[in-house]
Order: sequence, then structure tokens, then C-alpha cells
Amino acid sequence: MKAEEFTERRQEIDGWPVRIITYRIGVRHYCTIDNVDPGARFARADGATLEEAERQALEKAQRYLKQTRRFPPA
Amino acid sequence: MDVLVSTDWVKDHLNDPSVRVVEVDVDTAAYDQGHVPGSVGWNWTTQLCDTVVRDVIPKPKLEELLGASGIDNSTTIVLYGDNNNWFAAWAFWQLKLYGHQDVRIMDGGRKKWLAEGQDLSTDLPKLSRKSYTAKDADNSLRAFLPEVQEAVKQKAASLIDVRSPAEFTGEILSPPGLPETCQRGGHIPGAKSMPWAKLANDDGTFKSVAEIKALYDGVGVTGDKPIIAYCRIGERSSHSWFALKYLLGYKNVKNYDGSWTEWGNLVGAPVEKP
Repeated sequence: MKAEEFTERRQEIDGWPVRIITYRIGVRHYCTIDNVDPGARFARADGATLEEAERQALEKAQRYLKQTRRFPPA
Repeated sequence: MDVLVSTDWVKDHLNDPSVRVVEVDVDTAAYDQGHVPGSVGWNWTTQLCDTVVRDVIPKPKLEELLGASGIDNSTTIVLYGDNNNWFAAWAFWQLKLYGHQDVRIMDGGRKKWLAEGQDLSTDLPKLSRKSYTAKDADNSLRAFLPEVQEAVKQKAASLIDVRSPAEFTGEILSPPGLPETCQRGGHIPGAKSMPWAKLANDDGTFKSVAEIKALYDGVGVTGDKPIIAYCRIGERSSHSWFALKYLLGYKNVKNYDGSWTEWGNLVGAPVEKP
């Protein structure tokens, strides 16, 4: 058993840079999303298809990122 | 002894009885998806800390964990994990704290192993329990709050903040997407910013020693005085601590695991911005 169809790309969600990693192990597809800087995974999902795994992970990522507040310099 | 081993080295030692490979992830569910064949999974939230008091793993609990993982004092432990080995480095730091001789990190961690299409297994390894005797904690590797406060006053140590620039300046209170765990943003007065991520390549491996040295030289950290690294809870700073102590070979390097979740919540603690 190996991780197959491993992909990695960057995009922005609500102005935050994120890194999206997808891969398949066996029949299950996995998607993890990290916040690039610092590089912490904060959303993940798995599904029967790549689309399902990615959609669920992106929904979680959007929900969590909305809770992050910015404090502009005084 | 090379403390950083490649994925190929690990592949070549999967059946070596003197080596125990251990996965430690931020995402504690990742191990169950598939792991390096024969590896043990440790959960950092329950197995690598004191679950009552905020503290590192107590010595008896570590001895139990290692023994149950088929590890004795002579075993070569190879750690790897997700997030560029954050919690693998955290485990490395704790194992060194308790004096384990031969601990190594698989360069690139879980991400590189997956990306390379290396073999994975979902089987739990069959382990023979061993007996492990840990040394008393070596607190020369660990900074506590009073020492950090003194270092700020006396300017006696190089304080390294390894969080992201936005955390350092106080623009955000936690990494994007993660819960806020402090009352104030900013950094410890006098700390230099050297984000841990600058030490890593895109594939999760560490940059070369020359590159890492140049980065630290650039902020005036040359190993000529004690170094204290911190982040938010001490795991990212374990990664930088590892690089400073074991890749650059600086002698006096401590990890302040209280980090910003301690300092940024202290009533009356001085905070510097940006």
C-alpha cells in the first residue's frame, strides 16, 4: 500500500494563504489543508472521491479561518 | 552519529531489530491512515505530556511508553511526523531531556514519505515489551519562566521567536485557523524573529547546515551565548532547537516550552510590538 496521486498546491481562502495536499491510500482519498505560515494543518477530510474529500476540507478551512482575527498595528 | 536520516535510510532499516521507528503527528488520526511499516504511533496529546499538570511527560510514564513500544536504552529511535516533523522534534527533545542516547529524525517526515510513494501499512506492529530506565530530566535543555524573565532583564541569552512574522508582531494571536490561546499578541522583549519555516525546504527536509547558519548569523545568533527558543506551545521551537543544537552544534540551547501560551497570558509580563 502506498500514497498515490499525491498533489500539493497553494491558494488563498479569505485572504489567508493555504497549502492543499491531496492523496489516495487504497480506495480512500485524503485532503489536508495547512496555513503555510506557520505550516500547521488545521483542516482535513477524507472521502470516497477526491472531490468529496477536498470539498469537506475546504469547508472546514473556511469556517476555521473566519474565526482568526487580525489586529492591525496601533 | 547522524541525527538526521533520510527516507531511504529508514526504508533500508525497516527490519533492523535495533531500530524502532515512531510516528508522532499533530494530526493524531494520520497514523491510522497508513504509516511506515512496523512503526509505532505516539499521540502527543495523551502520551507525550503530563495530562494533569501542564508539563512534559513524567519519567515513569516515559519509561512505560518506551518499554511498551519495544524500546530499551540501546534502541535507535527514529522519529517522523506531519507538519515537517514538529511533534517528532517535540518527542526528540523530550527523549534527549531524559537522556536517550540514540534518537534520530527522518528528514522530511510523513509528507516526504507519502510524496515518494513509499510503502505504508495499517497494521499495528507486534511488539515485545522491553524494560527502559530513563535518566533524570536534564533541564539544561529546557528553559522555565524565571530563567526567561532573567534573560530578558540581563540580556544574557539570545531569545529566538520561531513563530510566524504575524504572530511575532501581534497581528494574529494564533496560527490562522487555530484557536486563540493567549490574551496578548506580540513577542518577548528583545527576542529575534527566526520563523521555524525558514529552516525547511518545501519538501519538509531541513535546509543545509550552511544555509541554516547563515540565517541565524543574519539575526546575530552565533552560539557565543546561551540561546532560548520559543514558539506558542514549544513544538515548533523543538524543531528550531534541534537545528541549533544538533545541526549547527551550538552547545547551550534551551527550549522554552511554556512559550507564548505562558508569556502571552501572564499578568504584567512585558510585551514588545511589533
